[in-house]
Amino acid sequence: MQETVQESDLLIKDGEFARFRDFFYRKTGIYFEDSKRYFVDKRLITRVKILNYKTFREYFTHLRFETDGKELEQLINAMTVNETYFYRESYQFDCLVNSALSMVGKGKTANESIKIWSLPSSTGEEAYSIALYLMENWPGINDYDIELFASDIDTSVLEKARRAVYGKRSVEGIPLTLKKKYFTELSDGRLQADNALRDCVEFTNVNIMDSQAMRYYRNFDVVFCRNMLIYFDDKSRRLAAEAIYDALAPGGILFLGHSESMSRISSLFKVIRFPETIAYQKA
Amino acid sequence: MNSETKRKILVIDDAVTVRMYHKQAIESLGFSVEEADNGIEALEKALQNSYDLFLVDVNMPKMDGYALVKEMRKNEELSAVPVIMISTEAELQDKDKAYEVGANYYIVKPAKEGTLQKIVGLLMGD
Amino acid sequence: MAFVKRKSTETTPQDSREERRSHERDMATLIELLQDENADERRHAARDLAQFPDSTQALADSLCNEKSLVVRQAIFDSLLSIGGKDVVDLLIPHLKSEDANLRNGVIEVLQGFPQEVAPRIASLLNDPDSDVRIFAVDVLQLLAHPKAPDWLLEVIRDEEHVNVIGAAVDRLAEMGQPHMIPDLERLKERFSDVPYICFSVDVCLKRLSEG
Repeated sequence: MQETVQESDLLIKDGEFARFRDFFYRKTGIYFEDSKRYFVDKRLITRVKILNYKTFREYFTHLRFETDGKELEQLINAMTVNETYFYRESYQFDCLVNSALSMVGKGKTANESIKIWSLPSSTGEEAYSIALYLMENWPGINDYDIELFASDIDTSVLEKARRAVYGKRSVEGIPLTLKKKYFTELSDGRLQADNALRDCVEFTNVNIMDSQAMRYYRNFDVVFCRNMLIYFDDKSRRLAAEAIYDALAPGGILFLGHSESMSRISSLFKVIRFPETIAYQKA
Repeated sequence: MNSETKRKILVIDDAVTVRMYHKQAIESLGFSVEEADNGIEALEKALQNSYDLFLVDVNMPKMDGYALVKEMRKNEELSAVPVIMISTEAELQDKDKAYEVGANYYIVKPAKEGTLQKIVGLLMGD
Repeated sequence: MAFVKRKSTETTPQDSREERRSHERDMATLIELLQDENADERRHAARDLAQFPDSTQALADSLCNEKSLVVRQAIFDSLLSIGGKDVVDLLIPHLKSEDANLRNGVIEVLQGFPQEVAPRIASLLNDPDSDVRIFAVDVLQLLAHPKAPDWLLEVIRDEEHVNVIGAAVDRLAEMGQPHMIPDLERLKERFSDVPYICFSVDVCLKRLSEG
């Protein structure tokens, strides 16, 4: 393993890193190759300092034996990209329109719609990305009715999602022709989605852990739950997986974020392979 | 050595030192090794990559070894890949269960030195 | 446009008839439903029993006969949700089960209750059945209790069974502390004829010497 040289007085030795890496991999499924030492060490040292520990060993003891999972959550936040933007992890949208939808569409009668859920909605980039893909890249768009929902626990992000105003960075991945077709440029340079796009999504406020509220969400054919569960503690993750299971129709498909895995969450779902990627299915 | 020509083995065990131990034994035979911590992760990897052999521990969280092998045998591609199951259980019924779900070999821990390598060599046709 | 915006989701619960039946029932009826022929009924009942802390006995009892893994998961999740010493006491006997899936599910739930499990660890680590001792060490793999390293040290000092030792040393690769070095070296001598033990002790020692 390479030795890392830190500007600070704190150094993470190889043995400590090995211990930490094993623990983090067991908890999250994310494994840090040796080549990532600099990236990981930097963020770890930041956390050590924030918690006021003098040594990495003390910090790791805290991390390993805390009962509420709070520091691990902070650490996961620090190690992962939690920015949202249009067409993020678009291979899953490719999978949706090229493979998953034809699977869930089979057996639908004339008046049965296909239900899709984006959860958490955050500021709407994911849901609108799905809508764009459906309208522009899905051959079946005229053969089925779609109900597209997007939900979040935070009402302020829902407001933003409904308003659908986005900065340059967020819309970078959208092809220029689609930007022209579905967005209007505002005076400050930001883009706002037109009604044609905004009307595709129903935004709702829900707490996934509220089983009473969740009774209103059933029979979804596809759920996108990306980069949410990874930030939950162990117990909540399992209960959330149950809630998603209940929300799905039999045969329904679940997409998680690309660094997330059911292997650290729940055995409720079957792993299913599509040409584009793997996903999870309610049997 | 060109890594593309090396055959690939997936070692599945929730104990990190066990994975390390098997890994060094198998790498010394000239194969490349990848790891998984439990049955679900193993399935995810197996469905996305191509492996020539699976080494499966019985006692793992989320999806135990028997359930994993059973699931693998349902998949056309995976059903052809040889499986060695490893367990602390020495009972005959556990061995039977292993063969029932479709394992090719069953080894009891701790195995005599060289046993694993011998069986891997056998199954890989070397 | 093929997009339909229905408000139905917001105003009418969408749960199925079975769900609604179990949702409107009291604890006694839910417990009965745990034995229903239909797996969905059983699953909804197990899930809804999470609201009834007094149902832990019934939930734990139903585990043995429950063959559906999805229903089992709901039972485990409800027990995890309810929590407490009760749940720990009820689940521990299942560590002796022949059913690997059941045992592993129990281990996972126990890992969620470090405070309640702690008083039971000593007796589990001294159980006459070596398998139970192994599973106790497996619980320690994800148990967030600061005494875990100390318990593991005792195991490597007193334990005779090679597979229990193997599990304990594996845990120490992550939780070992510098003061354990002499004990680890002694262990290596004791099991010098078991290559895996020597290997895993070396991993521990290397990590401890490198810091």
